[in-house]
Amino acid sequence: MSGPSRIGPGIRDKAAVAGIGQTRFAKSLGLSEPEMAVEAIWNACDDAGISPGEIDGLVRYDLEETDEEQLMALLGNPSLGFFAGTPFGGGGSASVLVVAAAAITSGMARHIVVYRSRARGKTSSFGSGKNQGGRYWEKVGTKLSGLNQWHVPQGLVSAFQEMAMISQRHRIEYGTTDDQYADVAIAFRGHAIRNPNAVMRTPMTREDHHASRMISDPLRLFDCNIETDGAVAMIVTSVERARDLKQPPAVIHAGAMAAGSHHIRLSTLFSRDPDEESAPRVARQLFERADCRPADIQAAFFYDFFTSLVIIALEQYGFAPRGEGGPFVEDGGLAWPRGRLICNTNGGQLSEAFIHGFNNTVEAVRQIRGTSTAQVEGCELAFVAGGNTDPTGAVILKADR
Amino acid sequence: MKGGRAEHTTRGQPLPVPNADNAPFYEAARRGELRFQRCGACGRFRHYPRPVCPYCRSRDFSWELCGLRGEVYTWTIVRGPTLPAFEAKLPYNVVDVLLEDGVHFVSEILDCPPEEIEAGMAVEAVFQPVDEDVTLVKFRRID
Repeated sequence: MSGPSRIGPGIRDKAAVAGIGQTRFAKSLGLSEPEMAVEAIWNACDDAGISPGEIDGLVRYDLEETDEEQLMALLGNPSLGFFAGTPFGGGGSASVLVVAAAAITSGMARHIVVYRSRARGKTSSFGSGKNQGGRYWEKVGTKLSGLNQWHVPQGLVSAFQEMAMISQRHRIEYGTTDDQYADVAIAFRGHAIRNPNAVMRTPMTREDHHASRMISDPLRLFDCNIETDGAVAMIVTSVERARDLKQPPAVIHAGAMAAGSHHIRLSTLFSRDPDEESAPRVARQLFERADCRPADIQAAFFYDFFTSLVIIALEQYGFAPRGEGGPFVEDGGLAWPRGRLICNTNGGQLSEAFIHGFNNTVEAVRQIRGTSTAQVEGCELAFVAGGNTDPTGAVILKADR
Repeated sequence: MKGGRAEHTTRGQPLPVPNADNAPFYEAARRGELRFQRCGACGRFRHYPRPVCPYCRSRDFSWELCGLRGEVYTWTIVRGPTLPAFEAKLPYNVVDVLLEDGVHFVSEILDCPPEEIEAGMAVEAVFQPVDEDVTLVKFRRID
């Protein structure tokens, strides 16, 4: 058997999210990424009831452009004893909590901040970094020596086009439909309408979805995440410490990470056994380490960059049998309050904001606290996954009861 | 911003730069051949090029001829946005072709209306010289 498996409970129930914070979300905020990062971190510290000076650890997305050096200066130079990053953009969104929990469990730090700040609305012009401001794929250049030489010169230039090809294959194999895509978009829009922080709050009908323009077949505009500005941060500490702080702890019950495929390399992705892709590997490890099964999860947060990928994620993480993600989402299958599996209650990245998945993670914490605007009654177990085609990760958050 | 696009936008045609790892592929394409790395131990073709077999970990490989025929495994029709270099041909297709020797290859089917593309469609590689270094591999329908 290849790959890590049955390697023990690891971080189980050792660490907790003690504070959450964010900026406003909008198509354009007129703030730089470092400024938004600091605002979100201050808010997370306030929420937890700690001072920014007590931060001694930091875990960020690898591609986060607001790095440790800038950030520590802005936070008044707290003494940082642990810092790390998780690779691959949205694939790392849940993994930052896995890494933070590992550091807390091993005693490397006491109060770890995890964050993502993103000025990516179309009109955002702050910063010239590859991952700052506007569309990253427009900055690819004309001389390609990396792996993107195998698809960009053919006109496959962006993630949404690659995801379109993955989505099309799922339709070829399982007959997934436009109506099922609409079911995902409409359910999450319904959640966003209840959430005052959400950017997209206009009701969406099936007709609205089908009438939105095709971007890259089979994906329409309303199948795609929105692009926004905003930042999100969390404070991770030990469960014991969290109990002394202001908020009820959201215990990090289990976590897993896996690499082994990469969506940009379609040529290799399609050469693999689907069970060996990153998301199914994460699912196997995660539920081996947890004391619950997918059926026990009360609120789930999938990395909803595209409606179609939510349907695929349902299958990969074991919530629906393979090929049955489409039927699973029909008839309000993901919608609050009576869905088969209530998902992305903030409106997700399709309708609330696109903070590389991290806005979904803070919403999972709200579900555990009981403070969501689409609250699952008595929610004690929430599942959060990173982007399900990248190297990815997932966590299960649990109420401290 | 110029024409609604940021200054940093790539305006030219993005092209591969042949180097030590990929040169045999592009040299073969210039001659109208498809060559991929083939493992000397387990015999499997692999693409993209890399120094070790992902299936059996052997470092023994050679660049071998691969059949030109394959079938459409999946596809998309790009309707925009896209890079300026590709805007003139919008909408255009991008396909993942499963070649007869088992390699997946991302390319485009020439002279094929978007609505006629379907999974399993039989295609054959054709070679499209761009400059003296680079020849792109495209596909055409076959009956």
